[in-house]
Amino acid sequence: MGVRVGELPSPCRGGAGGEVLMDRPIKVLLAKAGLDGHDRGVKVIARALRDAGMEVIYTGLHNTPEQVVKAALQEDVDVIGVSILSGAHLTIFRKITELMKQYGMDDVVLLGGGIIPDEDKPILEQMGVKGLFGPGTSLQRIIEFIREEVQRRRRN
Amino acid sequence: MTERKSRFITVSNLEIKRLYTPEDIKDLDYERDLGSPGEYPFTRGIYPTMYRGRLWTMRQFAGFGGPEETNRRFKYLLEHGQTGLSTAFDMPTLMGLDSDHPLADGEVGVEGVAVDTLRDFEILFDGIPLDKVSTSFTINPSAPVIYAMYIAIGDQQGVPRDQLRGTIQNDMLKEFIAQKEWVIPPRPSVDLIVDIFEFGIKETPKFNLISISGYHIREAGSTAIQELAFTIADGCAYVEAAMRRGIDIDKLGPQLSFFFNSHNSFFEEIAKFRAARRLWARLMRERYGAKNPESWKLRFHTQTAGCSLTEQQPLNNIIRVTIQALAAVLGGTQSLHTNSYDEALALPSEEAVRIALRTQQIIAYESGVADTIDPLAGSYFVEALTNEIERAALDYIKKIEEMGHGSILEGVLAGIENGFFQREIAQAAYEYQKQVESGEQIIVGVNKYVMPQDEKAKVNILRVDPEVQRRQIERLKRVRAERDNRAVKRALERLEEAARSRENTMPYILEAVKAYASVGEIMEVLKKVHGTYREPAMV
Repeated sequence: MGVRVGELPSPCRGGAGGEVLMDRPIKVLLAKAGLDGHDRGVKVIARALRDAGMEVIYTGLHNTPEQVVKAALQEDVDVIGVSILSGAHLTIFRKITELMKQYGMDDVVLLGGGIIPDEDKPILEQMGVKGLFGPGTSLQRIIEFIREEVQRRRRN
Repeated sequence: MTERKSRFITVSNLEIKRLYTPEDIKDLDYERDLGSPGEYPFTRGIYPTMYRGRLWTMRQFAGFGGPEETNRRFKYLLEHGQTGLSTAFDMPTLMGLDSDHPLADGEVGVEGVAVDTLRDFEILFDGIPLDKVSTSFTINPSAPVIYAMYIAIGDQQGVPRDQLRGTIQNDMLKEFIAQKEWVIPPRPSVDLIVDIFEFGIKETPKFNLISISGYHIREAGSTAIQELAFTIADGCAYVEAAMRRGIDIDKLGPQLSFFFNSHNSFFEEIAKFRAARRLWARLMRERYGAKNPESWKLRFHTQTAGCSLTEQQPLNNIIRVTIQALAAVLGGTQSLHTNSYDEALALPSEEAVRIALRTQQIIAYESGVADTIDPLAGSYFVEALTNEIERAALDYIKKIEEMGHGSILEGVLAGIENGFFQREIAQAAYEYQKQVESGEQIIVGVNKYVMPQDEKAKVNILRVDPEVQRRQIERLKRVRAERDNRAVKRALERLEEAARSRENTMPYILEAVKAYASVGEIMEVLKKVHGTYREPAMV
């Protein structure tokens, strides 16, 4: 399920800016969960991450939290990015983080994007969402954040 | 001479020259290309008096929580001078699901109003006379159900069906292309739309049976030219579908309407609206042979661009909306929704939507732009841009026609299936974002004049009470317990039979709705007959 975006680059490939060489590319699952059909942002990010050398799988629309987490497990991803513009973020992220705990996925970085009010951000962070990227976030910032988080985990 | 930038482009990456002169419009023929307002090809406007006869309808999109909350917001807006209603439904209702469906969890009443049965509609329209107010419904896969509910309320209030006014969005082609709300696959979706056409030209002749939309295509990231081209192509597709069923295009034409976006590039938008009218008039008369002048007129609603609003420094959005609203007025829109400044954060608060409404009122009553018709006509720039946008849109339409081997309907369906539209839109969205990252497109407060601690924190946003979901589920349970379930079962069985034998489903949907069958129960029947659509994931 989902579409794979981009080729697997060679293992010796370095990143821009001369940072730590990755032994394998960062693998990201980008997901739309719930009934929300707004996919402009998630598709733009998918391309940007691919252009930055990451392997990206995009789930397409209307996935349940179960489907998202199962796909992440199957694909053995480093990062899950969930895009929600429908206002259902508290319900959906609660279900996703519970499932991730159930499957022992605490080495996977969970990120969120879309329309999320400031007052809900601390709640989501408490649940285990590591970063929230709302309207106006630059693609470069997301790329750098992912690289830092994944490198940190791989070092440990 | 040096200039500030190497290229001056619109948000659609359309390059604008330093200067436009008579040379740019030397082939312009007033009679052939412009005409007077109310005269073919309607470039200057579809009515002889336009806003001097009647201002555009001020129609703010509204809906959240349960029908009681939205009924209150409807009355608030009418009190403050709004002249038409426009209903936003929640995701479950939009997707044809009831409030108690597992997929509805966390989404009930959150993005719009929750509607499960006719009981909700009764509450929604409590105290609102259907013979005095027109209402627009932004609803697509479940449009037949909502349209039936509106007719049922009209029947309850004793309003003759031929007096009912309003619009049902009912545009599935743009769903598969951009807004992404669906239940059954494209072809049966178009059949259902034609059911509404067939039923509606007889039963509700004053009601717009579709709002052929570009707004969502633009929001998904298309350029202005793509927005125009894909919308007009969709319009042609629906005309062809109707004609295939033997519907008289001169009866249907006057009940077709359109819906466009109004984005930041002021003159590009005005030119787009003018080009739209001329394109549609020519296609309807010359390609489809419509004889009724009312069928040649492109009537449209406009919404200012949601995707242009920022989370950062939200009060700046008031200025963006003002410029976009002004473009729509100078472009001759029949109806207008202005976004609220807090919409990148949440659904509109009362204060924010009031300011958005006042924006229209100030333009209408204080600025003077509505005192003469199509004031920008004759401008070397605006006429050149209108021509350029029309030509570029026609190129796309021709390409779509080729994809359909001469049929625009087949071309649009093929384009949906092979991903043509989705790819064009995603490409435009990506290019735009790259331009924002590089600074070629400037967004004040986002990549220029950024404030680390900005006013966002001071905005009181609307929050929907999670109680709404529980209340809706309770109400649905009660309705199911109190209704005549045998009548519901019978109505749904008859609907299934009608759907299978390709009969017009509207009378059966109306019967089911009056028996208090739910949105989900009715859509489930259609799903059973036609199957469920799943979009292949593509980037």
